Amino acid sequence: MTGSTHAHADAPHHPVFVGKVREQLDALFPKYPTKQACLLPALWMVQEARGWISPAAIAEVAEVLGLTPAYVRGVATFYTMYHLHPVGRHFIQVCGTSPCHLCGSDEVLKAILGATGCGELGATSADGRFTVVEVECLGACGFATPVLIDDDFHDSVTPERVAGILARYP
Amino acid sequence: MGYPHPPHPRETVVLSQYFGDAEARTFDGWVKRGGYQALKKALAMTPDAIIEELKASGLRGRGGAGFPTGLKWSFMPKNDGKPHYLVCNADESEPGTFKDREIMRWTPHQLIEGCAIGAYAIGAERCYIYIRGEFTEPWKVMTAAVEEAYAKGALGGNVFGTGKRIDIVLHRGAGAYICGEETAMMNSIEGKRGNPRIKPPFPAQAGLFGMPTTINNVETLSTSSHILNRGAAWYKALCLSNPKSTGTKLFSVCGHVMRPGNYELTMGFPMKDLIHDLAGGMRPGRRLKAVIPGGSSVPIMTAEEAEGALCDYEGIVEKGSMLGSAGFIVMDDSTDIVYELRRLAKFYAHEPCAPCPTCREGTAWTTKIIQRSQRDQGKKEDLDLLLDLSDQMTGRTICVLSDSCAAPIVSGIKKFPEEFEAYLSRAKAPALAAV
Repeated sequence: MTGSTHAHADAPHHPVFVGKVREQLDALFPKYPTKQACLLPALWMVQEARGWISPAAIAEVAEVLGLTPAYVRGVATFYTMYHLHPVGRHFIQVCGTSPCHLCGSDEVLKAILGATGCGELGATSADGRFTVVEVECLGACGFATPVLIDDDFHDSVTPERVAGILARYP
Repeated sequence: MGYPHPPHPRETVVLSQYFGDAEARTFDGWVKRGGYQALKKALAMTPDAIIEELKASGLRGRGGAGFPTGLKWSFMPKNDGKPHYLVCNADESEPGTFKDREIMRWTPHQLIEGCAIGAYAIGAERCYIYIRGEFTEPWKVMTAAVEEAYAKGALGGNVFGTGKRIDIVLHRGAGAYICGEETAMMNSIEGKRGNPRIKPPFPAQAGLFGMPTTINNVETLSTSSHILNRGAAWYKALCLSNPKSTGTKLFSVCGHVMRPGNYELTMGFPMKDLIHDLAGGMRPGRRLKAVIPGGSSVPIMTAEEAEGALCDYEGIVEKGSMLGSAGFIVMDDSTDIVYELRRLAKFYAHEPCAPCPTCREGTAWTTKIIQRSQRDQGKKEDLDLLLDLSDQMTGRTICVLSDSCAAPIVSGIKKFPEEFEAYLSRAKAPALAAV
């Protein structure tokens, strides 16, 4: 997600599946017996290219995979990691499930919400730099509290480390 | 080894031998450490002989259910002319469990080799490894390793010159706990919402894309190469207690211990020693209060139960819980059990796929009822209500997500009733602000 173009909701849609991205998708087809099976990977490709998945992009995915936009939207809304509206330049996911909660994830989350200026969960900071969400179990319970920023995994995060980590994400 | 800690002398290191060793991530590094010998050996055996070896080893599924692996593989039809599929479940999302992540991060070729052996044994030419979307680092390591395995001829249309085809495709999840359920995972790979399917038909008859399919956990498949290398008898002999639980297992320990991490132990190891010795025990001045041993989806254990239990499938059942995927959530005496169970219920309320009302509504109501007790809005009859609700949530849905929410709640109420009553009688100040 880092370095991707973060289009606004009202910007005109330029096709995602052209050039290199189209080649990437075409290379996937032989790996599955149906085109439909490429739906999750195709949605990932859109999100990597654009930062989020717009209604126009959903229609494009439906077109290239021979599905309907309603079907694609139905699948996309099932999975929490697909952004169906624009998010900040850097997307921060903080684990808050029981094992991390026992180890103080609440304090880490509070520190991140404060330092990013997001204030509340799901909100994007005024400068468009960060969006912060609390997620359920990142699968690194022995390294509490894990924080995923874009594709970078930071483990054993404490409130004291927050400012130093965020400084790496302009 | 108890990565990130140095291996403890009481560990039996098989799967985790090269955790923390970056060279083991490469194909050549893995071969130098004895890698891919087992796959070559397997390809010279008949699939039936491999299945018999697995059966004789006593290996049971490490994803949570503990089903005998060899037996599962033997359910696949033979010479039916249909494509078969192997699916490797790398959707590790069970709170408390973080072992598969380490296998993929440090020893990707251990998993690739295991998948290739499994695929060959069940007559599959293709294996899908379903990696949860949040596992960005394991995804990168696995992607590089699969590419390298193709380049070196360990995968593809002519594996190690034997003329046999084995392909591995990595499939990335996108955030859904339920996709760790095997039939939901198959739907997710097919490009659908991750709703579990009604069984029967079982995956071995009609699974992925309607074809015979076997689904195994990362740790289970990774173990298969060691069994082929060193023999079923060696593996079966790794047993400290019940002969139905054999081999080594990665135990993830997290929560209130001084040295959280993964510990590889021979089955039947005393839980007391795992928590107090290997994992370093509680923080100074603190005492053990409770453990949820199977990842979060199993009954909670009191300190006394946990300290008397042996770490294997039967030993933990004997003490009132289940081994599950062996992610131990350890809580010391500073823990507010009601607060933690509410947090856990919130997790389950977040994850239902929705078709079964019992689960969709039950998990949400469970959370709300516990929540109101902590907001000073609880009612005396709430405990009975929670027990009744949990009873309705058990055994009545397509998959076991609903049961998984009920298990820790019911046991929590039964084993720590005074904690719930303290909130309900207003003896304890509310932990949450009223809304």
